[in-house]
Amino acid sequence: MNPFRRSPFVITATMLVYAFLYLPIIVLVLYSFNASRTNIVFTGFITKYSDTVLADGSNVIQSPCGPFHWFCELSKNTDVISAAKNTLTIAFIATLISTVVGTMAALALQRYDFKLKPFSQLSLYIPIVIPEIVMGIGILTLFSQLFGFLNNALNLNGDARLSLGLGTVIVSHIAFMIPFVTLVVQARLQGFEKAYEEAAMDLGANEWITFQRVTFPMILPGVLSGALLAFTLSLDDFVITFFTNGPGSTTLPIYVYGLLRRIITPQVNALSTVWIAIVFLAVLAIQWVQNREQK
Amino acid sequence: MLKRLRENKSAQGTLLVVPTLIFMVGLLIIPLLLTLVISFGQRSSDGNVIYSFSFANYIRLIGYSTDCASGAKICFDPLYAQIMWRSLALGFNTTALVIILAYPLAYFIARAHPKRRNTYLFLVLIPLWTNFVIRVYAWMMLLRQEGVINNILEFFAGLLHIPFTPLNMLYTPGAVLVGMVYEFLPFMILPIYTSLEKIDNSLYEAAADLGANSIRTLLRITLPLSMPGIVAGTILVFIPVMGTFIVSDILGGRQVVLVGNLIQRQFLDARDPTFGSAASLVLMVLTLIVTYFYTRKFGFGEEIVAA
Repeated sequence: MNPFRRSPFVITATMLVYAFLYLPIIVLVLYSFNASRTNIVFTGFITKYSDTVLADGSNVIQSPCGPFHWFCELSKNTDVISAAKNTLTIAFIATLISTVVGTMAALALQRYDFKLKPFSQLSLYIPIVIPEIVMGIGILTLFSQLFGFLNNALNLNGDARLSLGLGTVIVSHIAFMIPFVTLVVQARLQGFEKAYEEAAMDLGANEWITFQRVTFPMILPGVLSGALLAFTLSLDDFVITFFTNGPGSTTLPIYVYGLLRRIITPQVNALSTVWIAIVFLAVLAIQWVQNREQK
Repeated sequence: MLKRLRENKSAQGTLLVVPTLIFMVGLLIIPLLLTLVISFGQRSSDGNVIYSFSFANYIRLIGYSTDCASGAKICFDPLYAQIMWRSLALGFNTTALVIILAYPLAYFIARAHPKRRNTYLFLVLIPLWTNFVIRVYAWMMLLRQEGVINNILEFFAGLLHIPFTPLNMLYTPGAVLVGMVYEFLPFMILPIYTSLEKIDNSLYEAAADLGANSIRTLLRITLPLSMPGIVAGTILVFIPVMGTFIVSDILGGRQVVLVGNLIQRQFLDARDPTFGSAASLVLMVLTLIVTYFYTRKFGFGEEIVAA
């Protein structure tokens, strides 16, 4: 019997679900090449190149960038560029810190016994079982009460006043990313016997050498996938960022959300297309690395 | 001192976990306690919090109000209870639909040739990693009055010479449901796939040898063994659906108000953080109750890590 046999029902259902997953994405990408400025109906591609942008009513006919007109407009949009910078800054710093802190906790929970262990393990489940919005408004309340109190007590004025910004977003991202890193690294540690570490110690290695030469190389794949998960969670996050960002710390998701409530040009689609292309390349790279590791 | 730390395993463990605990206590547990405290407080005229101990916000959530339009002293308006119920119902419907859509796809990938599995998974990851807000926007483009779906329908109606009036799809409960299903589908596919992939092929062979047909095999082997995946997926889908406000905001407009929208508006537009805190605690308790009974019945899936 062929173990990979599948029924026609499964194949049809699978194709329909894939179509459901991809139809919106295809439309999104197609409309980023739309000649129509209002972007309601697809009126065709911008086919002609010229030195200046020429439009007929709401349709762009000629552009220095031709069909890539909206991508060129996007690259000139300073709001988008600063939002992209913020998004990446937040994601990098938060990933770095949450990976280190989360890995330490995973080691502690998997390899040591201590009083606070049950409480620590339990607290890590909070962000998983509680809706993000509850955490978001909780953190917002904490910061606004705390900052209000400190601003008054220390008599801070003008720029010195504490307020929401990049710092509050980064700290909040770290808090909700740590549990995911810890769980991934813990799962990896569960697969390994303590015996390797004990053998290293028996052979005279101290804790640090053992960690460096034995434990760390063994858990490295887990740490990397934890970091990757944390990075994507941070890039994708909307709710926590929405409640903790302030002026000057707008991220791309927050920026796009703001646009959706006002006017939409194909620029938003161009931004989405760039995002999808980056995701595509990133996933491709990860797959390639994983395949190489397996060989 | 260092030497003593070297021998004390318990102190080492504690030291390693302290940074995590600082974040968990400082940014999760204290905010939750603060939310609880504030939910008993009241709003001052300038939108600040007056600390007190009153159940006014919770009574208002149930539907009783002391200041009502009709002039009566106490009146009953189940508006907020309706919002809670609507969110719960949407959570259940989305989860059920997502399981139905995810299962065949996950099964297909798990039973595919090992060489091709990665490619099929790759195709699930791309929509998942495409930003949440961007995915809602895609559905806005599809569902609009002059949107893609109506354009396609109009085209076919024109071919068949049928008079066509554009369908009203955006700003309906249906639009919110479709948006939620689309957003959370990958979160169900991955854990179900993980648990299906673990099933040993010999089990299927044994079932076939013993004369089980495909439906019997599905009910007696595949489904029970993939329950951990379904449970993990349900937790990953149901909880965020209950708290999301973007999907209903963009695809439901002012027509479909969920708990998430209610809370968001209390904190930003209406500026009553005390009432918003009470609503968010009720939301938290509701999701915890549902999750508790659900996991008690089916167990807590380890597959949650796999996604």
